[in-house]
Amino acid sequence: MAATHRISGHGRLTPAKTVRFTFDGQSYSGLAGDTLASALLANGVHLVGRSFKYHRPRGILSAGAEEPNALVSVERDAARRTPNVRATVQELYDGLSASSQNRWPSLSFDVGAVNDLASPMFSAGFYYKTFMWPKAAWKSLYEPKIRAAAGLGVSPDQPDPDHYSARFEHCDVLVLGGGAAGLAAALAAAETGARVIICDEQAELGGALHFEAGTSIDGADGWSWAQATAAKLAAMDNVRVLPRTTAFGYYAQNFVGLTERVSEHLASPGHDLPRERLWQVRAKRVILATGAIERHMVFADNDRPGILLASAARTYLNHYGVAVGQNVGVYTANDTAYAAAIDLKKAGVNIAAIVDLRDNPAGALVDEARALGIEINHGRAVIKTGGRLRVSSMTIQPKNGGGERNIPIDALLMSSGWTPSVHLFSQSRGKVAFDDATKRFLPGTYAQDCVSVGACNGTDGISATLDEAYAAGEKAAKDAGAKAGKSAKPKAETSESWAGGMLGAGPGAGADTTVKAFVDFQNDVTAKDIRLAVREGMRSIEHVKRFTTNGMATDQGKTSNMHGLAIAAETLDKDIPAVGLTTFRAPYTPVTFGSIVNHGRGVLFDPTRKTAMHGWAEAHGAVFEDVGQWKRAWYFPKPGEDMHAAVNRECVTVRKSAGLFDASTLGKIEVVGPDAAKFMELLYTNPWEKLEPGRCRYGIMLREDGFIYDDGVVGRLAADRFHVTTTTGGAARVMNHMEDYLQTEFPHLNVWLSSISEQWAVIAVQGPNSRKIIEPLVEGIDMSDEALPHMSVREGKICGVPTRLFRMSFTGDRGFEVNVPADYGQAVWEALWAEGQKHGACAYGTEAMHVLRAEKGYIIVGQDTDGTVTPNDAGLDWAIGKKKTDFVGIRGLTRPDLVAKGRKQLVGLKAKDLKVVLEEGAQIVADPRQPIPMTMIGHVTSSYWSENCGRGIALAVVIDGRDRMGQTLHVPMPDSVIEVEVCSPVFFDEKGERLNG
Amino acid sequence: MRKYSVFALAREAMRGHKGWDEQWSSPEPRAEYDVIIVGAGGHGLATAYYLAKEHGITNVAVLEKGWLGGGNTGRNTTIIRSNYLYDESAGIYDHAVKLWDGLSQDLNYNVMYSARGVMMLAHNVHDVQVLKRHIHANRLNGIDNEWLSPEQAKEFCPPLNISKDARYPVVGASLQRRGGTARHDAVAWGYARAASARGVDIIQNCEVTGIKRAPNGAVMGVETSRGFIGAKKVGVVAAGHTSVLMDMAGVRMPLESYPLQALVSEPVKPVVPCVVMSNTVHAYISQSDKGELVIGAGTDQYISYSQTGGLHILNHTLDAICEMFPIFTRMKMLRSWGGIVDVTPDRSPILAKTPVQGLYVNCGWGTGGFKATPGSGNVFAHTIARDEPHPINAPFTIERFRTGRLIDEAAAAAVAH
Ligand SMILES: Cc1cc2nc3c(=O)[nH]c(=O)nc-3n(C[C@H](O)[C@H](O)[C@H](O)COP(=O)(O)OP(=O)(O)OC[C@H]3O[C@@H](n4cnc5c(N)ncnc54)[C@H](O)[C@@H]3O)c2cc1C
Repeated sequence: MAATHRISGHGRLTPAKTVRFTFDGQSYSGLAGDTLASALLANGVHLVGRSFKYHRPRGILSAGAEEPNALVSVERDAARRTPNVRATVQELYDGLSASSQNRWPSLSFDVGAVNDLASPMFSAGFYYKTFMWPKAAWKSLYEPKIRAAAGLGVSPDQPDPDHYSARFEHCDVLVLGGGAAGLAAALAAAETGARVIICDEQAELGGALHFEAGTSIDGADGWSWAQATAAKLAAMDNVRVLPRTTAFGYYAQNFVGLTERVSEHLASPGHDLPRERLWQVRAKRVILATGAIERHMVFADNDRPGILLASAARTYLNHYGVAVGQNVGVYTANDTAYAAAIDLKKAGVNIAAIVDLRDNPAGALVDEARALGIEINHGRAVIKTGGRLRVSSMTIQPKNGGGERNIPIDALLMSSGWTPSVHLFSQSRGKVAFDDATKRFLPGTYAQDCVSVGACNGTDGISATLDEAYAAGEKAAKDAGAKAGKSAKPKAETSESWAGGMLGAGPGAGADTTVKAFVDFQNDVTAKDIRLAVREGMRSIEHVKRFTTNGMATDQGKTSNMHGLAIAAETLDKDIPAVGLTTFRAPYTPVTFGSIVNHGRGVLFDPTRKTAMHGWAEAHGAVFEDVGQWKRAWYFPKPGEDMHAAVNRECVTVRKSAGLFDASTLGKIEVVGPDAAKFMELLYTNPWEKLEPGRCRYGIMLREDGFIYDDGVVGRLAADRFHVTTTTGGAARVMNHMEDYLQTEFPHLNVWLSSISEQWAVIAVQGPNSRKIIEPLVEGIDMSDEALPHMSVREGKICGVPTRLFRMSFTGDRGFEVNVPADYGQAVWEALWAEGQKHGACAYGTEAMHVLRAEKGYIIVGQDTDGTVTPNDAGLDWAIGKKKTDFVGIRGLTRPDLVAKGRKQLVGLKAKDLKVVLEEGAQIVADPRQPIPMTMIGHVTSSYWSENCGRGIALAVVIDGRDRMGQTLHVPMPDSVIEVEVCSPVFFDEKGERLNG
Repeated sequence: MRKYSVFALAREAMRGHKGWDEQWSSPEPRAEYDVIIVGAGGHGLATAYYLAKEHGITNVAVLEKGWLGGGNTGRNTTIIRSNYLYDESAGIYDHAVKLWDGLSQDLNYNVMYSARGVMMLAHNVHDVQVLKRHIHANRLNGIDNEWLSPEQAKEFCPPLNISKDARYPVVGASLQRRGGTARHDAVAWGYARAASARGVDIIQNCEVTGIKRAPNGAVMGVETSRGFIGAKKVGVVAAGHTSVLMDMAGVRMPLESYPLQALVSEPVKPVVPCVVMSNTVHAYISQSDKGELVIGAGTDQYISYSQTGGLHILNHTLDAICEMFPIFTRMKMLRSWGGIVDVTPDRSPILAKTPVQGLYVNCGWGTGGFKATPGSGNVFAHTIARDEPHPINAPFTIERFRTGRLIDEAAAAAVAH
């Protein structure tokens, strides 16, 4: 279909460059440089969507980001569908396919529109007053219906194949907005040599110059000046120009989030381009040049397709060469709409009438309109419109009542003035102030190093804007440390006028409660809804907003907030500032999750940590488990083995011969310095001063409140040097905990802490043959029991590389932990493996490790303890230095409840039936026949099948557990009750003889 | 109070909704009240309502520095559940869930309590242990909570990604079917309306700046931005600002205040049928009746009273959401905001008398107190009216941090909300 509403000789697009697209399945053609909205209008299509609540037919209101109505779904392919795209910002590309939303079966015939007829029932907040009977119907009937009716577009249903990118950037001056003000400010800053970034949400910089035909700057027309200036800036090394980039969030300390749409406008973006890019910019100075947004007039039926903002109609004409109608009405309370009428008239469009609410509009623009023969009705209002899928008439009336007149039209332009865009200023925590003379909120008190210029600062008129912006750009650069600039500031002439404007409902919104005079189009909020909210006691503007949902749609109230506020203020009989403004919340316009997430998907969601021996484990068929960020070898199944069989074999082999275990993930911290022992005394419950160099000790660390925080074996390498190990999960937080105490509580201690978790790979060799496996590879360490007894550490060499060799055991059998520099981890492992093969040793994973330690009753902090367990509860009183007078948690330990009877204590549990393996987390009761709620006296913390014991074994915490040895207790499961006997937590080698076996 | 019903609505529809009353009145403060509640959040308003309804104490004022419901009540992600571990917590949260069930009818205000199910995901062996421990304890406490396989989890929530290739694959989930959401504003407004109808004065734009005590130490009333208001009983229910208020009476609270952020997407047709939470990947999500995806983050790392958090927190939260739901990368963030949450060392609330005679405190709900609103208000009203705790809130003392009798839900699960 050829575009019939394009006016030749108008606009800046090239007529030869046609682009095909479809809307709701119908094919159309547009021009390169069109937005979807301008291309639709060029084809005479005004009806593009349906409203949220009443399903009213809706057209295109604006030509920018403030669009509340023209939301469509854009689909490149099945996996690339984006709901709720504003047609006014979506650039056209060849093959673009868009469809309307929130209608069934079709846009022009939408069954949901019955809501419009029933609308008297659907007053603001009606749902709070009904749907309560019968009670059960809320869940089964009402809510499902409401949910299905709500929502605009449809969520994508396939993972997104595109990728998103991110950059961090610093600059001296960040300019937000690339209209005349932003360009002038950026130019002034850039010419000092300062590093400048300027961004604008539109495809081309220029802002309001898109439509302001009456402005010339430095002798050129405004638009050409803007393009030349943008090009000049882009060519400078110290400047980055970012079109299609929205500043969406202004955070603390001049940190601004920008999102750049990199390939959204391309027909075939290719795989190398990201779809969007997130810029996180820290700027020394920020210049806000975010412009102003035109408001609509509030009167009955102001929402029909074909009714749009005056500046939007002008943009469509002057930039896109599109006439929004052939017989156009204008309803205004300010001067700017006159310029729209004049431009259209000059382009050959009939202007049916200008209706101006003001009594005596005057000035050059008014005169010019009159001179062009346009009928001007001042002191009059449009009180309603006609038409169904497109506006067909307007009814006008003197504003204080009187005879009505019906005027046929096919489009209606409206303007009630301009709202400065203080969104980002407000996000920066600046306080706005109400300017009573011009009835608008302007930047008042600043909270960060930023400045507002141009229309967003309430500066009307291009000359004043350029002066202000240029000076601000120079000053910002200077404040950021740059030298003085050199160029001359731009000079402008203009015939544009911004005078006039009104807030709130016009006469057509009437006191009559049957009319629908829309304030917030998308959410279908009318003037009467706002009045109702006030009548119902909503006096704070935040209450009004929430009760009516005014300003809560996807446009975040860009056109509606000020009207809503004015109507509320009028109804309350208060001044606007006394009612207050709602908070501006980030983002400025909706931002895709993809843009914010950017690279953080899949494997890059969270770093995957692998040990030095990971490759070996993988090659040997290990199954891995996630432990924090680590991938740990869980078990090593041989062909045909399931997990159970593999773990049984591993457990038996370790106790019969030996096993190799990758313990590298344990946290390791080196505590060094003259006061290292003193520090250890304070951080751990155990005594350290007397521990000889070369010996190890199992240490327990408490929180201030006396509960176990972490544990691990600590080796004293020298008088002033400890090699501390922590749990895998505790590595980072124990380091932080230590630093915290060192810096805030014990700063007098001369101690340094280094995390060495990544520096050392750790190979545990456990089992009766462990020494035989290690000994041949070690140099310089006497490994005899006398020279290297259990719980000692030596430095020497293994396979020719340095090692810290610990003799320690987490299995209860003779054992060693070989620490080697991480780079040698796999080589040393392989050497040990080769030795191990001579003795029938195996590799074992975390599951076997868990079983083996449980057989010995060794706890795992975080599994057998949960932050409510004291050393005494865990049976570890022996680890508290009896003579110590201070350590973190010592006072906590003495609190009455921590020493009272009735605490849960660690015990072993044996099910009466040997074969039963209890479920971890299962609860324990004394009397299984009691009614629910039952009195629970403990729970199972660890439970395994122990092949070495030939039975299921479990650890549990039970109230007064140590006094219950031999008692029968019960574990009620959903389908049965399991009988268990309380026993010692040590199931294997109770005397501990195997440590030297 | 004019009763709300579909008939009343129809009647009003015919006459332009001219006949509705103010939902609550906005009177000038009187010189003295029997009870003053500081903070018109959900908990404060509920307290006032139950004082009037169940204890016949109607000479009550609720003082609010801003607009009622504008604190965390109006900022939270409205997850409701009661599958907490310890008996004490199960007691208070389930008391609340039982009240939620008939709340719309009781208040004659549709609070849209939607028992759509709360699912908590397990991603590793440790998560499984923790969730199962909860499930077993809940079952013996008579609280519904069941275990789901990844496939069952997906059936309950079709858009969930249960692929084994995920960075942290889903290995199972717990589900409380009675859990769900409610409409936060309606909760505040419903309680305000019902309390106001019973004679409670709700006084907004009235900041409490001091707590006045008699020579014997007992409370006499409060200094406010609108002058002194007398009362022998004062209940402080001020969430993130509780420490500041209690300090006015010389009581130091075991609380830290953190910013907590949330965001919503643009509205879309129904896609997430329930609440999904994951503690391991750190995010949770539900979909409002309006169609917005409601997404919550973790707290900032540092304590602060600033209601804006950093972008990096949202960044991490959305990473996690798109991990669980890779189909959502083209959804758009519409609004983000923060609230100040009051966190106790054991992550359980304080609902108690204080060392100061006539001063009561209800705080420490941290990141998860919305769900408790009816239950909390109910037992706190009892505590104030009788000057002794209800058995349900008796364990939630301030002294427990001194004695060590903690109710450590954080330690037990580190699960928020
Ligand atoms: C982002 C976010 C998400 C959350 N998500 C959930 C969730 O999913 N589920 C859940 O159960 N909970 C959630 N919570 C927690 C929940 O919001 C709170 O625990 C609960 O709402 C607290 O209610 P309240 O009435 O005690 O506090 P608030 O609603 O904060 O009320 C306290 C009131 O005290 C007023 N006040 C403070 N100081 C003074 C003073 N000096 N004078 C007078 N008035 C004063 C404040 O203005 C405020 O209105 C979330 C919280 C946040 C911030």
